[in-house]
Amino acid sequence: MNEAFFDKKDYKPLDRVDGRLKVTGAAKYSAEYALPNMAYAVLIGSRIAKGTIKSIDSKAAERAPDVLAVISYVNAIKVPGYQPKGKHPSEPSTQGQPLRVFFDNKIVSNDQPIVAVVATSFEKARHAATLVKIQYNKEQHMTDLEANAAKAVLPASGKKNPKSPTADYDRGEKNAFESAPVKFEAEYVLPTEVHNPMELQSITAHWEADDKLTVYDKVQGTKMTQKNFAKEWNLPEENVKCIATFVGGAFGNGLHNWPHETAAIIAAKQVKRPVKLVLTREQMFTMVGYRPRTWQKIQVGATKDGKLVAINHHSVGQTSSYEEFTESTLQQTRMMYASPNVSTRYRILPLNLATPIWMRGPGEATGAFALESAMDEVAHEIGMDPIDFRLANYTESDPDKNMPWSTKYMRECYEEGKKRIGWENRKLKPGSLRDGEWLVGYGMGTGTFGANRNAATVHAELDSDGNLVMHCAITDIGPGTGTAMVQIASNTTGLPTEKITFHLGNSTFPNAGLQGGSSTVNSVGPAVLAACNALKEQLITMAAGKGNAAFTSAKPDDLMFDKTEIQLGGKSAKLTLGDLLKQNNIDKIETTNESKPDENRNKYSMNAFSMHFAMVHVHPFTGQVRVKKIVCCADAGTIVSPKTAASQMIGGATGGIGMALTEDAMMDHRFGRYITKDLADYHVPVHADVPEIDVYFVNKPDLLADPVGSKGLGEIAIIGVAPAIANAVFNATGKRIRELPITPDKLI
Amino acid sequence: MDKSKSKYEPEREGSESRRDFLKKSSILTAIAVAPVAVAKAAEHNLGEKISAAFETTPVNVTVNGVKKQLNVEPRSTLLDTLREQLDLTGTKKGCDYGQCGACTVHVNGQRVLSCLSLAVMHEGQEVTTIEGLAKGEELHPMQQAFIKHDGFQCGYCTPGQIMSAVACINEGHASNEADIREFMSGNICRCGAYPNIVKAIQEVKNGGQKS
Repeated sequence: MNEAFFDKKDYKPLDRVDGRLKVTGAAKYSAEYALPNMAYAVLIGSRIAKGTIKSIDSKAAERAPDVLAVISYVNAIKVPGYQPKGKHPSEPSTQGQPLRVFFDNKIVSNDQPIVAVVATSFEKARHAATLVKIQYNKEQHMTDLEANAAKAVLPASGKKNPKSPTADYDRGEKNAFESAPVKFEAEYVLPTEVHNPMELQSITAHWEADDKLTVYDKVQGTKMTQKNFAKEWNLPEENVKCIATFVGGAFGNGLHNWPHETAAIIAAKQVKRPVKLVLTREQMFTMVGYRPRTWQKIQVGATKDGKLVAINHHSVGQTSSYEEFTESTLQQTRMMYASPNVSTRYRILPLNLATPIWMRGPGEATGAFALESAMDEVAHEIGMDPIDFRLANYTESDPDKNMPWSTKYMRECYEEGKKRIGWENRKLKPGSLRDGEWLVGYGMGTGTFGANRNAATVHAELDSDGNLVMHCAITDIGPGTGTAMVQIASNTTGLPTEKITFHLGNSTFPNAGLQGGSSTVNSVGPAVLAACNALKEQLITMAAGKGNAAFTSAKPDDLMFDKTEIQLGGKSAKLTLGDLLKQNNIDKIETTNESKPDENRNKYSMNAFSMHFAMVHVHPFTGQVRVKKIVCCADAGTIVSPKTAASQMIGGATGGIGMALTEDAMMDHRFGRYITKDLADYHVPVHADVPEIDVYFVNKPDLLADPVGSKGLGEIAIIGVAPAIANAVFNATGKRIRELPITPDKLI
Repeated sequence: MDKSKSKYEPEREGSESRRDFLKKSSILTAIAVAPVAVAKAAEHNLGEKISAAFETTPVNVTVNGVKKQLNVEPRSTLLDTLREQLDLTGTKKGCDYGQCGACTVHVNGQRVLSCLSLAVMHEGQEVTTIEGLAKGEELHPMQQAFIKHDGFQCGYCTPGQIMSAVACINEGHASNEADIREFMSGNICRCGAYPNIVKAIQEVKNGGQKS
């Protein structure tokens, strides 16, 4: 990559390229495509958590005005991809859709979709759905994680592959904790959390022909969706199109295809009309995944002067009865600190719940709550500043993979974060700082996430007026993917950003993986770079071929545009783009380029790091916690788009406030049903909960990770925030809350 | 790119435009209520289906400055009417229970949650949605400020935030940061753009909002 990219720190941060569409209401999300003859589907969920459907009386609903169909396992068309017999949950019976909706009368979780009512309007479908009478044979369900934790199992991935992050792991001596001079042990619980993006999960399914399906779908991967539905409906991939131009947030719940999507596709096939299906907010809690409730036990052994001796970390998370869901809860424990002895045990417990799905900072955010709280607790026990304690156990290489870091700039984060939060005001003794009647506390927590990279392909074309248009199937669920890609292309070519367009969110565009795991800029960015360089090479070849001697030995990095003027090595030679294309009798040039991970991945451990600092006020009588300030420091490699990157960090910190203080999907185990199932009862942070959030980026490239030098930041934005707040609450009050969220009742 | 067609087509919305489709459906409605059709339907025990045709109520509303004569079911919310009947999808459905603010519009200049409001309640009233905020190509200062301060990520709560923000200033609830945070707390942003939204509102407030 052109080094100028990194040096050019004075460039004006780009406003979001799709900003105008979003502020005018012109951006179209998946339920906003008006198709002729549209029908509307409403889903009915089961009222029991386990058992079978005894009967479905749909007569009244079918007679209701303009009802087109009432679809259930009784009358649903056969989905060709459904396997008649369910296999082991680790081998889903149909790709991306292990819960075969409308397949049989089995109920495996409460609010499992069992009937779709389709009518000519939403109101009619919704009314008719109230007329359907369903009877059940109820069986004893199991939804309580802690009560059944002993039944948890090692997931198949950990059984099969001893190197899997879910496998049992022992570094050094297994019993080292027992003989450590300082021994600390505690249990931590993270409740079920729900992604709850503001856009309700929606799909508009349209069979354009008997064997041609188009879905306007709220997903994080258009290619994933295309592949899954092609397989499910036994169609060639090119006959399935997925459009997700705008996605109204997802935070992970679009990384999976869900039963409601298949339900809409079945309905569209059955009524022979396009069908729009929008989940209700309650259904967002039960049909599209969640961050699984997780119980953790951690043991930390240390010397009295603050050297770690051992960490043992055990975690039990939820999964469904039909699919093995796993996440990297224990990864940070293995590699963050220089402990010679580390053991981790990861278990999952199948319950009568729907399958969880990765939620922002998946696993790592859960694990970091336990690890970073425990680090704070041990520091307190030995009377050390928690930052000094961490620095005393700083890792200069990855102790888990036994590899050097590609880059790690955590020390900069510690220093800058301390300064910005005002760490010098923090008292070592909890409960000793006040502001009026409020107790004041400071806390911090660290986070890490793999600098993931996947193969990605970008098509680019450049016309004689200097318009650069690119296409890629990647989605943008909010981080500003198009903006970052336009910025990369502009920095690489010199073309002004307003002349560059990046089209995304469509499975007919060139391949890209999922927008998940903080991998987008690391994966698609290099493909943009490759495409821009390929265009430059074409121009160099064309110019040299037309007798421009200066171009014969030129390299792509030598060539930059000044509007439509092609300049070589700082204006030593120049040409007009239009003239060059004209001389070659073409009106544009184009290229398709793939970029994929290289062998450096086998030599280096590549990770993004974050450090979050929180200052809180706690009211001693009411237990109210107010987060007064947050500082987020990130070592995420190159920051391509400073404005949108900062927003991502602010957003992650906001999610962390919810995790720490308010979010809790509470289950009534008598019924296996959530009792907090809308935004009035499940509290996500609102304006009044969120203070100033100060963001600092180290902004040093990691060119071993990828040619853009980016390490990703969507996940590290939230990982470590909740423990930072919990630690600040302890510092303010001396009360250690080990079960989130930290609600006032736990403090008084 | 005008001069040469890209190999990738932008997504289309099917072969018919929404407008044509709406026109046709009102013709279909007219046919449905014609006596012949009623008689025929009755033979097929389709009484309930026909009654549906009579279940709509006329309502006159001015939407974004344009007078509309609508026929809506009494149970249709203003939100669903805007989105499904008028194809004004800028107003968003985030919860349908008045808990998130994504559906905020102005009715006679006041902010209203369109999901908690039935369309038939707005006879003779003026509704402004996000689509009606800009003056042609010229964005409302609040829209400009949201872009400048990056007051959004996914963009889904954004129309509601902007409509609320404009009203928040007009109500006199934007004189300081704490007030803004309090009086904007009915508009949830899960991406967490709150601090940037507050900055945008402050800038517009200090710059003198033209409503």
